[in-house]
Amino acid sequence: MQVSMTVNRRAVTADVEPRMLLVHFLREELGLTGTHIGCETSYCGACTVLVDGRTTKSCTMLAVQADGAEILTVEGLAQDGQLHPVQEGFWERHGLQCGYCTPGMIMSAVGLLQENANPTEDEIRHGIEGNLCRCTGYHNIVRAIEYAAAKMRGEEPPPPEWEHEEVIA
Amino acid sequence: MYPRSFDYIAPASLEDAVRELGNAEFAKVMAGGMSLIPLMKLRLLSPDLVVDIGRIGGLGEIEDTGDHLSIGALVRHRDTASSDVVPTALRQAASWTGDVQVRNRGTTCGAVAHADVAADQPAAVLALGATMVARGPSGIREIPSDEFFVDALTSALAPDEILTEIRIPKRGGGSAYDKLGRRGGHTDYAVAGAAAWVTVSDGAVTDARVALTGVGTKPELARAAMEAIVGTDGSEGAVRAASERATEGITVIEDLYGSVEYKTHLAKVMVRRALTQALTEARS
Repeated sequence: MQVSMTVNRRAVTADVEPRMLLVHFLREELGLTGTHIGCETSYCGACTVLVDGRTTKSCTMLAVQADGAEILTVEGLAQDGQLHPVQEGFWERHGLQCGYCTPGMIMSAVGLLQENANPTEDEIRHGIEGNLCRCTGYHNIVRAIEYAAAKMRGEEPPPPEWEHEEVIA
Repeated sequence: MYPRSFDYIAPASLEDAVRELGNAEFAKVMAGGMSLIPLMKLRLLSPDLVVDIGRIGGLGEIEDTGDHLSIGALVRHRDTASSDVVPTALRQAASWTGDVQVRNRGTTCGAVAHADVAADQPAAVLALGATMVARGPSGIREIPSDEFFVDALTSALAPDEILTEIRIPKRGGGSAYDKLGRRGGHTDYAVAGAAAWVTVSDGAVTDARVALTGVGTKPELARAAMEAIVGTDGSEGAVRAASERATEGITVIEDLYGSVEYKTHLAKVMVRRALTQALTEARS
């Protein structure tokens, strides 16, 4: 079947089998391997992309379902050599260790901040409930998203915890 | 993980969708695909044809018709969860279904049609006394929720019928849903859960419906608890006495997440919580 969609602001058309999953389409047809395949059972969220602006597990969507849709993957976040604030937050606040969950985690954070520009820590933790990380314990991921939220509101991000006076004392 | 090969069609109308279902040897209806695609990837289900109703217009609305609320086949969990007209029991059930990404795509009607005993929304529609509206080759059929859930993952829908709408009667009162998720709190499928709906008049409970998630083979009414709470003053003692009868007449099934004893205990706790919250809402 022929499908056409917009991926990272670029129109693409391809002939696919109905059973091809969106994540395979992105990785194998388009070479966009930033979107990871993790658990394959809709649990881990490593394959999260935005479909028409909403976070979606691309391992649980057929490419044919995305016909006509607008897709945004982690490769489409940085523009003109400038990292997206969420990417910058993960860099500045050490929001990753092995990095496997990171593309999905970043896309979920982007989706969350689109809907809630000023989330509480609790809202951030619930907002990334569909993304599993087996390294970090989530702590620095939450800090990274807080950093990005502040940046996107045009505010000064809170200082990193390792510079807090009470930590030094 | 690829599903087995299948044909795919995304018809523009319900008439076309029903006709396609009738023409295939083994066809499945897909809305959001959050239940169907995982089963197909695991090859537990291998339909010849997937009929994607996701492009049919007019199915994505929650409508208040005056005497009932209509939830269309393409209303997503996120829309049900954030609605200010959907009764509390179904709103809570929708807000605790899956995770953000699953709620962005999965539909309330799809979750109900899938008829999973561990899913949250079937118990809520049972407690709210909803009616399922199915479209088939010979027209529209209304199925009361009490007759809809037939067995494990089996609803009363015929293979060539589509659940197009859930109708929730507007009967006042209060409702609630509570669960214990497999990953603790409200996260993941329910180990056990309960939905309750009650009406109160002059300090007495005049009507009640209570339904269980994750306890037996299918979502079902806790009839003994319902009978026990009606006619009482809805006090803490009355709620406790009714919840003690949560699984009376129901065959509790052990699974990976709990023994019969544990699930029986949890069912009582969840019925007590759901009834307490529903009564609070009914009195407010």
